[in-house]
Amino acid sequence: MEASPALADLDVRIPSDIQYITHIVDEVVRRCAAADFPRRHLALNVPVALTEALSNAILRGNRDARDRSVHVRAHVDASVLVLEVRDEGDGFDLDACTDDPTTDENIWREDGRGLFLMRRLMDDVERYSDGGNVVRLTLRRP
Amino acid sequence: MTFTVTQHGDVNIVEVEGQLIVSNRQELKSTVLDQLDKGARKVLVDFGRTSYIDSSGLGVLVSMSKKVREMGGDLRLANLNEDLQTLFELTKLDTLFQISESRERALESF
Repeated sequence: MEASPALADLDVRIPSDIQYITHIVDEVVRRCAAADFPRRHLALNVPVALTEALSNAILRGNRDARDRSVHVRAHVDASVLVLEVRDEGDGFDLDACTDDPTTDENIWREDGRGLFLMRRLMDDVERYSDGGNVVRLTLRRP
Repeated sequence: MTFTVTQHGDVNIVEVEGQLIVSNRQELKSTVLDQLDKGARKVLVDFGRTSYIDSSGLGVLVSMSKKVREMGGDLRLANLNEDLQTLFELTKLDTLFQISESRERALESF
């Protein structure tokens, strides 16, 4: 069977600028909708987790340097969404950097919820280095 | 992504249309701070037309709530859809904010 264009892989580099986030999120959500992902994934899991990954890459990985870029790859098919967000930073320890924002000492903090939400909204969150820093998010369609 | 401010009695209502995320959180912060400067002490954020919120958006709500409380006021939330409600429950922010199911209920609660 020939692959639908809607299920084709996305492979794009964006300038390191938070204004580009919604364009990428909209495109990935559109592809997940075409692959018949559940409404809740389209409205909550995918947009929130991908926004977190992109903003981390731009603001922390690339330190908001506009001369850097973020490489986004997405594979969507009938069973799974795999996202890879690559920045030009040094990387980080996923476990060490994931705070629990629900504790009494953390709940009034303004920051510290991004990685926590990514890990709660995706089935798998992994990080690896390939010369840059890559965060891979996996969400399986039920 | 827009914020609309209306007044109902002594309650300032800020309606969030679209997303509340890293790219527009400062705009919400400025909007609320501007209302506080003008004397507002009761602030209601209405999410009836909001699609999604990221951690930055949640963080701004937390910091604005703290700021309003320090000034003797109260910031409350209304109209969260099921997905937004889940987001607040995951982060336990549903325990920090007074959340009403509708704008009318929220206005009655002040």
